[in-house]
Amino acid sequence: MVASARILRHTEIARGIFDLRFFSPDAARTATPGQFVHIRVSDSFDFVLRRPLSVCRVDPSEGSVTVVYRVQGAGTRRLATMAAGAQLDVLGPLGQGFPLHAGDVRAVLVGGGVGVPPLVELAARLAAQGTAVTSVVGFQTRAQAILQDELALYGDVRTTTDDGSLGLRGLVTGVLTQGFVDGANRYYACGPTPMLQAVQRTMAGLQVPGYLSLEERMGCGFGICVGCVHPIERDGRVQNLKTCKDGPVFPAGEVLFT
Amino acid sequence: MTPLPANDVDLRVQLLSLMLKNPVMPASGCFSFGREVARFYDLGLLGAIVVKATTLTERMGNPTPRVAETPAGMLNAIGLQNPGVERVLEEELPHLAKYDNLPVIVNVAGTAVEDYVEVVRRLGDSPLVAAIELNISCPNVKCGGIQFGTDRGMAAEMVAAVKEAATQPVIVKLSPNVADIGDMAQACEEAGADALSLINTLVGMRIDIDRRTPLLANGTGGLSGPAILPVAVRMVYEVAARVRIPVIGVGGVASGRDAVEFLQAGAVAVQVGTANFTDPFACPRIIEEVRDWCAASGVSRVADLIAAANPAALRLRKERAL
Repeated sequence: MVASARILRHTEIARGIFDLRFFSPDAARTATPGQFVHIRVSDSFDFVLRRPLSVCRVDPSEGSVTVVYRVQGAGTRRLATMAAGAQLDVLGPLGQGFPLHAGDVRAVLVGGGVGVPPLVELAARLAAQGTAVTSVVGFQTRAQAILQDELALYGDVRTTTDDGSLGLRGLVTGVLTQGFVDGANRYYACGPTPMLQAVQRTMAGLQVPGYLSLEERMGCGFGICVGCVHPIERDGRVQNLKTCKDGPVFPAGEVLFT
Repeated sequence: MTPLPANDVDLRVQLLSLMLKNPVMPASGCFSFGREVARFYDLGLLGAIVVKATTLTERMGNPTPRVAETPAGMLNAIGLQNPGVERVLEEELPHLAKYDNLPVIVNVAGTAVEDYVEVVRRLGDSPLVAAIELNISCPNVKCGGIQFGTDRGMAAEMVAAVKEAATQPVIVKLSPNVADIGDMAQACEEAGADALSLINTLVGMRIDIDRRTPLLANGTGGLSGPAILPVAVRMVYEVAARVRIPVIGVGGVASGRDAVEFLQAGAVAVQVGTANFTDPFACPRIIEEVRDWCAASGVSRVADLIAAANPAALRLRKERAL
């Protein structure tokens, strides 16, 4: 659950976006897609909060876990300076990941920006159980596009960019039409809140059930600070559930946006 | 001083009628009700446990974002989210009964004196609750909490009313957001407080300059973490020299040395808050670090450190012992 993990590889795969692979056999064996690891970026208390990074790939045979993150502030900037061979303080895997439904014929995966990484391991597991996977991934611009090749290993990938520099110009929801989702049993989405909200609305209209992986500013990562809550309608009442412990993945039909 | 074997260090401290096995306890709001941390280590290692602020009825808390990191610290504006005292008693506290010698301190908050009194009255029936920590210092709720902790008269009125209803000892948690914390401490002592804990968080704000809006949905939040340690040490030092009731030091404790610093300032015990978020094992680690520091420094009883750097507080402590 808590480990000092050696960094195996740490590379910049797009402008300001890093692929970080570390050695953690326990996490590699137990992590499920949609779960996250909580990484300490310094061994001093200059940064008191860990950084939650969702699991992009696991390789149990190598004992490795890969996360992909964007440098957003001082903490991730510090993390980006850590080289292969250095030790990382890793807590996790944490949270509730994407539930897999055996027997699903087809699933649609929707990702935006650095919400795309957890879809890679998800696509792999879905494909392994015989579910056909189609992915729709959106980015601001071509320079920030990541992981389409990895997703393409498991099925068709549609790309959108805000500026039209790659794939279709526009939002991921532009792709999600009746014809496109035909035969899909389920969808899985991870990305910024406005995207999740739009996807939830669109897919509800198309009557496809699914899951949303929510993004809330996190503190402890395991349920003691109650910082990262999101309103969830469950058991007939609205509850502020913890994204870190009860999520980050919730059934789309339960998620309320204000 | 001659170094000692670590096993020869007596970590026990006396807090009111409670003999704590060591002076380290988690701070309220930084440990929930203990269940999550129990996955990481045996809670029986703790000197005591202070659970999350409990109100009369369920509170949903503030909108998000509720937390923001700051240099060597963080801001929070949780807004006292909790299931209300009945469910706290039925669902959140019972799991703590299995630990021997783990005093449970329940932090109590509210919006009106009558609410606090009612919560304290209900907790009074629970044999599991060793003490009450009166939260008159939460900066994150619009009505209640801190308003009682920043006005001398209101604080005294609150403490007196709660003391009348309480069957357990009452520890009053003080706000640092006042002009004279010594004066507030004295007002609480005169009104009947059994002990004090300080400090709660300092009111602060960060602005998201790209979006041109405060980072927290609540606007302001409470600053905690190592950044506030010097402020807390100064206030503990001042209060311990001013009141005769025991003082618990809170604010930025992240290491055994930090804990020793608070003890030497005059605290009889310390609470660990934000460090639990950085390191889930912070409390047991700090306990061991205190033990190791004492051993290396030839201190055989941790209680001998209390007020060691604060002559006026030490004098008061000796007077009290007589």
